[in-house]
Amino acid sequence: MSAADRSFSENARAAVADPQLRRAMHHVKEGFIGKRAKAAARLPEFEVLRDAARDIKDHTLAHLDLYLERYEAQVIERGGQVHWCAGPAEARAAILDICRQAGARTVTKGKSMIGEEIDINAHLEAAGITPVETDLGEYIVQMRHERPSHIIAPAVHLTKDVIEADFRAQHRQFPADRSLSEVPELVDEARQVLRQRFLDADVGITGANFLVAETGSSIIVTNEGNGDLTQILPRVHIVIASLEKVVPTLEDAATILRVLARSATGQEFSTYTTVSTGPKRPDDVDGPEVYHVVLLDNGRSDLLDGPFREILRCIRCGACINHCPVYHTIGGHAYGSVYPGPIGAVLTPALEGIEAAADLPEASSFCGRCEAVCPMRIPLPKLLRHWRERAYDQRVTPGRLRAGIGLWAFFARRPALYGFVTGLAARLLRALGGRGGRLARLPLAGGWTRFRDLPAPEGRTFRSQWAAKKGARS
Amino acid sequence: MAETPIRVGLFVTCLVDLFRPSVGFAAVKLLEDAGCQVDVPAAQTCCGQPAYNSGDRADAKAIAAQVIAAFEGFDYVVAPSGSCAGMLREHYPLLFAGDAGMEARARALAGRTYELVSFLTDVRGVRAVDASFPGRVTYHDGCSGLRELGIRAQPRALLASVAGLDLTELPDSDVCCGFGGTFCVKYPDISNAMVGAKTACVAETGAKTLLAGDLGCLLNMAGKLRRDGVDVRVRHVAEVLAGMTAQPAIGDGEPG
Repeated sequence: MSAADRSFSENARAAVADPQLRRAMHHVKEGFIGKRAKAAARLPEFEVLRDAARDIKDHTLAHLDLYLERYEAQVIERGGQVHWCAGPAEARAAILDICRQAGARTVTKGKSMIGEEIDINAHLEAAGITPVETDLGEYIVQMRHERPSHIIAPAVHLTKDVIEADFRAQHRQFPADRSLSEVPELVDEARQVLRQRFLDADVGITGANFLVAETGSSIIVTNEGNGDLTQILPRVHIVIASLEKVVPTLEDAATILRVLARSATGQEFSTYTTVSTGPKRPDDVDGPEVYHVVLLDNGRSDLLDGPFREILRCIRCGACINHCPVYHTIGGHAYGSVYPGPIGAVLTPALEGIEAAADLPEASSFCGRCEAVCPMRIPLPKLLRHWRERAYDQRVTPGRLRAGIGLWAFFARRPALYGFVTGLAARLLRALGGRGGRLARLPLAGGWTRFRDLPAPEGRTFRSQWAAKKGARS
Repeated sequence: MAETPIRVGLFVTCLVDLFRPSVGFAAVKLLEDAGCQVDVPAAQTCCGQPAYNSGDRADAKAIAAQVIAAFEGFDYVVAPSGSCAGMLREHYPLLFAGDAGMEARARALAGRTYELVSFLTDVRGVRAVDASFPGRVTYHDGCSGLRELGIRAQPRALLASVAGLDLTELPDSDVCCGFGGTFCVKYPDISNAMVGAKTACVAETGAKTLLAGDLGCLLNMAGKLRRDGVDVRVRHVAEVLAGMTAQPAIGDGEPG
């Protein structure tokens, strides 16, 4: 998504005023948070597991080159191939090449945020190949020509009635008078449509929750089983993953899996956890004939040695998004980025540059709920603040804000002068507040007074009163 | 033999200093009742969060260094704010990482700094206060106090000792009110939706008074309640604990 799509403040204003979105977001708030809290409370060692998961990723990141080489060697050993891609263009080229060689006309896709990052669907379509999203949420979003608004619940911005209307408009093959108001009915209908697509597909593309260096395996977790059908039925399986997805061993993946679903959906484990290792072997019953891994960097290796390294621990559970009050207020699309919410606000400036995404790290009240629930203990507010520091240093921060902070800091660094000025301000604001004790309007404070009154000061600053008292005492 | 008095430096916070001095005097009374000798160093302005959270690290460091110097002689530093106390405790040492001398001084200050109510309960062992405030109140947990400093039980424990006070828990009391320092003026639409959700929860409790431990949150919530004409009074928890509630509530005018 380009910077042109992103006018964050305007998007946010529109989102706040959208009643359908407000209803949908209410479900996010009610659903995910309670379930995660219960799942965490039920597991006595949950906090210890968070530490263990963090340590596994920290260790892996410290030796990333080693584990990636090991992983590639294992993939090759099992008859697969790894394509190292520096950026989206290389990744798309690799995928298109594989599809062309396979003579592919349709491609089924499991859920993949890397697919979004490299915008693969648009490029497949341009090459005359039809991509079919098979995750229900992604299927709905694709049908609507939208982007996912959440990394694990792509259609969470939509209410049931909106999806029903879309299905009725798109699935003309079914009787018009069918009942379609319940979620299982919507799921059944999507399954019926997708069944033939699974069988027709020439290539299946999935993401990866983990790449396992020890075995060359990729692991996906899903609740619909669509990922399995995507990767087993077609002749060619392409795994698209970013390079920080690697972990040393299956045991390590198992440890992180114990915090993943609990943090994401409050499940102990996702319904399906699927390990795929290379193409079909001679005595395997099923599986793809060809197995490719498209390994994307896209700026991540640049993060290894800087202040943003901890973001590479992320396992894309979505807990930070689910608990973010700003996300609850504006939904995922308003961010105008592939990854919304706190994780997106840290990751997007890294992928696109701070100039293109300066609003995202600013749009946080630093309430700290994201860090409190992150299974990988990523200090998200700290990383957001680092981006703000970078924006400030590079003069990306808007001039008005810089000037305001600069002027305030000039006084705050001079306690005597500050005391004099705030003494005047307290008396002035008190006078303006009048008998009502509050101000409905104040020049230069429209951001506050548009929606709120400003409570008026009591009249004299604490420090001046204290100084007077002390003077009287001594 | 008389005990050596505990010397507490009150970090009054810029918002209390400017908007609500009575919170400062309530803090002084509570600290003195808890056996502390309180002083207020003149060389304090703000903890530096507006600069720190805007990415202006240089000004944040300069202000932090000023605070560290001003409070070096005290046994404890106490602030009537979880947010400002959190800044001194959790963030000052990070600001000076790599500068061994300043980092050590920042760590020493951090280790002696407390938010007011948790200082009373956790350090001074205060179990009850001598105050009366009849009626139903509800309490909002400020984000920094709650998540950086783990303050949740302490204000509830002391409020339980206030005569006549009936505390009804606020739904979603741990969710941000939408203040967030400069956030509330940079993104007024988002902030307004957040504080609107908060005041709706307040209304649900039926409480006539809303309390919290941070003046930023309180100004935000009071401003919204007053604008919307909701009949809920807003006060800092220290005012109620100190029994100093004669002055009009936040954002209210003179009676009559």
